[in-house]
Amino acid sequence: MLFDTYDPGDFFDELFAAKRQPRTEAAPLVNRINSLTLAELQRRQQTAQNALFKMGVTFNVYSDEQGTERIFPFDVIPRIVPYSEWQWLEKGLKQRIYALNCFLHDIYNDQKILKDGVIPREDVESASGFLRPCMGLQPPEGIWCHITGTDLVRDKDGTWYVLEDNLRCPSGVSYVLESRRVMKSTFPHLFASMDIKPVDDYASQLLEALLNLVPSQLADPRVVVLTPGLYNSAYFEHSFLAQQMGAELVEGRDLVVADGYLQMRTTKGLQRVDVIYRRIDDDFIDPLAFRPDSMLGVPGLMEVYQNGRVAIANAPGTGVADDKLIYAYVPQMIRYYLGEEQMIPNVPTYLCEHAKEQAHVIANLDQLVVKATNASGGYGMLVGPHATPEQRQDFAEKIQANPRGYIAQPTLCLSRTPTLIGDTFEGCHVDLRPYILYGKDIYVNPGGLTRVALRKGSLVVNSSQGGGSKDTWVVK
Amino acid sequence: MLSRVADSIYWINRYVERAENVARFVDVNLNLLLDSPGLQQWEPLVVTTGDQALFKQRYGEATAENVLRFLTFDKDYPNSILSCLQAARENARSVREIISSEMWEQVNAFYLMVKEAAEAGSLSDLHIFFPEVKLSSHLFAGVMDATMAHNEGWHFGLLGRLLERADKTARILDVKYYILLPSVSDVGSPLDDLQWIALLKSASAYEMYRKCQYRITPDGVTEFLILNREFPRSIQFCVLQAEKSLRQITGTPSGTWRMPSDRTIGRLRAELDYVTIDEIVNQGLHEFLDGLQIRLNQVGEAIYKDFFSLQSA
Repeated sequence: MLFDTYDPGDFFDELFAAKRQPRTEAAPLVNRINSLTLAELQRRQQTAQNALFKMGVTFNVYSDEQGTERIFPFDVIPRIVPYSEWQWLEKGLKQRIYALNCFLHDIYNDQKILKDGVIPREDVESASGFLRPCMGLQPPEGIWCHITGTDLVRDKDGTWYVLEDNLRCPSGVSYVLESRRVMKSTFPHLFASMDIKPVDDYASQLLEALLNLVPSQLADPRVVVLTPGLYNSAYFEHSFLAQQMGAELVEGRDLVVADGYLQMRTTKGLQRVDVIYRRIDDDFIDPLAFRPDSMLGVPGLMEVYQNGRVAIANAPGTGVADDKLIYAYVPQMIRYYLGEEQMIPNVPTYLCEHAKEQAHVIANLDQLVVKATNASGGYGMLVGPHATPEQRQDFAEKIQANPRGYIAQPTLCLSRTPTLIGDTFEGCHVDLRPYILYGKDIYVNPGGLTRVALRKGSLVVNSSQGGGSKDTWVVK
Repeated sequence: MLSRVADSIYWINRYVERAENVARFVDVNLNLLLDSPGLQQWEPLVVTTGDQALFKQRYGEATAENVLRFLTFDKDYPNSILSCLQAARENARSVREIISSEMWEQVNAFYLMVKEAAEAGSLSDLHIFFPEVKLSSHLFAGVMDATMAHNEGWHFGLLGRLLERADKTARILDVKYYILLPSVSDVGSPLDDLQWIALLKSASAYEMYRKCQYRITPDGVTEFLILNREFPRSIQFCVLQAEKSLRQITGTPSGTWRMPSDRTIGRLRAELDYVTIDEIVNQGLHEFLDGLQIRLNQVGEAIYKDFFSLQSA
């Protein structure tokens, strides 16, 4: 009875309502694991990790001079989301993505939301992801954010929150697909006996969303995945998705603008490209339009795009919505464009650019989480309760020097889920990143990437900061 | 197919084949020395790589240990076995979604095996290491043949492997030439016989040679390794097959040409079709082999220009 000693403690636990009391949807899983010996479970954990490594599901560590690949630590105990709850989340995510897309189209065109004073113009225009060259852009079908990975968390009482939006090039979906494959061979009986929503149609849905951008008269459209190259931390994923879609995986140096079209260099000469799924940041896409020092993009690509001769997913300019100050305005966007109230709430956010809120933040640094508005990946943040007085002082100065650059949020007591660490189960904090595709309709892949903070007590789940992953089961 | 991808598949194969052949020609020398303990000639190995200057600068004297280290485990020498595998693996990694996963796994396992040996750093186990390198290379070729679609990319791979092999067979023959040179009086002696046998064995050619003509004679061996049309490590065989692959890619019928690469390889193949071993010996084996290597390089360059270095129109 492996779970007998597991104590969910004073946290919201994803699998247990209380000690020895699994939640309804988790009961078959808990029973199954209880029927195994520890050695058997550890053996399965090891087999699963080996399988992932062999499949090459790895990420690269930038600082490592060998460019070594590491496996994202993987835990075989899945996280479970009840289907009823999932249906609500799915609706809430669709609402959010729909509104964000309206917002992007609006600010790069008519700017109604700014003119109506719902969101301050200077907050949008000062966002690092706001790209002036994108003004007036009319992307195909009016879709900007084709692929989004929205980070969700739960608090101590189980309330779901949106922690951040990732509209540029969110990564991690390959872990979802590959770890599901591994889990099916780890616990085949559970998949046979439980109603677990499948995730495998992600690649087909992605391909459809991309093909949706091609004018219908094009008979034989060509889709490519644009990667920064072998040394990018998510290279495995780029190559995996290209392979799953049957798309060509290209680097900037494979592409060239010729005769007004985007073309790729092949052994049979230049060939036209119709859709790019880009996995490089907005401002690297085209050195002529954005960063002149970019070696990753294609000179002249923006012009081809503006002429409607190639589609780019996600559209350049979407990064503005990743700014954490813009995030704070999503409830207003939903109200403005949809006339609805936000379903999945934002984490309450203090905007340091407002004097009163700033004073509150600085007075309460020991309780708040402070984030740089233009950073991601767990960088540039202060977890107040875990920080030293010097670190807090340092952030106070940073905030005062650049109020626009910071927001603060209460330190959430993230939900936990049992995780096999050594010879026992530890409750580890988790978040959830579902993947949302905006094609003809909005599609949400059931489940998503559950990231788990493996350092004891840590609240930071990013892979670059010692996080691991789990499979996420949406269970009916 | 993307030029970059074709280029990578071509080079994975070249590097794997190169590693195998370095193992082969070091091995042949080790074997020769076992049968003639007095003879310590390592310099010729460095000479045949064409990288003497680099060797001199990094190691100085051509002792057994220096040469073995240089050719097997030197990570700063781009043609050492270790460097070849590193490069093959990097290329494979960049085209993983094109080649089969079995191919990737084989290159990766091969690389890890060599890396481990390099980290152990021992030169005393090389008699085990070299056969392992050969076997791993054969495994790779077999896996590629059996798991990858025989499409354009596959033909680029084959082209890389065959051109590399032709070049290296020429170099292995040249090693023998260098070793024999100071002792022309030995020609026909039992020692000489042993040396030719060792040479054939290094190209896995001994048994096949015996089936085709009983007696081992210098001209016979040379002819077999250069002009035999059926033995897979002979130069003519490699050129014939490489031409076939190239014509699969370009679609140009044999005997005609459209791209410069068609022409350079077709011309080389035709010359090998009609040259005799007497002509080669009269011209001087070393000179002939030298010229052949230059011609093979020209084929490589033509392929690079025709397919890999496409400039925008």
